[in-house]
Amino acid sequence: MTALKLLSNRAGVTWLILVTATIVSWAVGAEHRTGSAVAVLVLAIAAVKVRLVGLDFMELRHAPIPLRAAFELYCVGMWALLSGLYLWL
Amino acid sequence: MTPHTVTASHPARRIPGESGTWVFLFGDMLVFGAFFVTFLVERAKEPDVFDAARTTLHLGVGVLNTLVLLTSSLFVVLALTATRTGARTLATRAVVAAMGCGLVFIALKVFEYVSLAGAGHGPGANHFYLYYFILTGLHLFHVCLGLGALAFMATQTRRDELGATRTALVEGAACFWHLVDLLWIFLFALLYLVS
Repeated sequence: MTALKLLSNRAGVTWLILVTATIVSWAVGAEHRTGSAVAVLVLAIAAVKVRLVGLDFMELRHAPIPLRAAFELYCVGMWALLSGLYLWL
Repeated sequence: MTPHTVTASHPARRIPGESGTWVFLFGDMLVFGAFFVTFLVERAKEPDVFDAARTTLHLGVGVLNTLVLLTSSLFVVLALTATRTGARTLATRAVVAAMGCGLVFIALKVFEYVSLAGAGHGPGANHFYLYYFILTGLHLFHVCLGLGALAFMATQTRRDELGATRTALVEGAACFWHLVDLLWIFLFALLYLVS
């Protein structure tokens, strides 16, 4: 029961969201043509998942603002950079 | 209520682990970011080759490995929370469960490597497979380092009381394991779904 109590916090909910997002990205991204915008969506789901891992598993949600901002910037930056390279290279 | 009042819903802002740990973690994230960029630059030269090669990967195994790492991360969160609340037995069991997930990840990765190489899709087959083996190999090395970090965590969860320094080290070890999870999330999307 103790484990269930400990998991009923935000991390448990985050895990459920992450598992759902993984299955959604699998369903959406398994079949798509080269150059498809679906790839941008898949990368966006990945960036959101990475953000949740950082905020709720690595405990950055309550980290000092500069540290949290750097992490948020990494998530958004990687999504924009990788999507841009995929679409326009 | 004063602006400085700390409540359960708004705990005081603090750095998880030692601040130096974050220099290392961000450095690693940026290095892998550079690898991701290199992968997409190479893909742009042969998009059809990369797209065809992507479909030969074991997507189901990739999904399963993602779920395994996400679950291991949850066990690590549970272990850290249990350590802080003094539930030593639960903390130790949770770390061991996370390490078990790590070993399952390695076993599935080895299965993928052997299967791909057996089908003639080794690192020398084309640039996609070369990058696939380099990127996942580097990540696998991080998984092994992460297992070491979790083993350290397991030695600390049995202690009666953790001082500030040891607590920071345990938090740093937990964050390193989450980094392994985080990097795989991008790798899975890039290699199995996007390329």
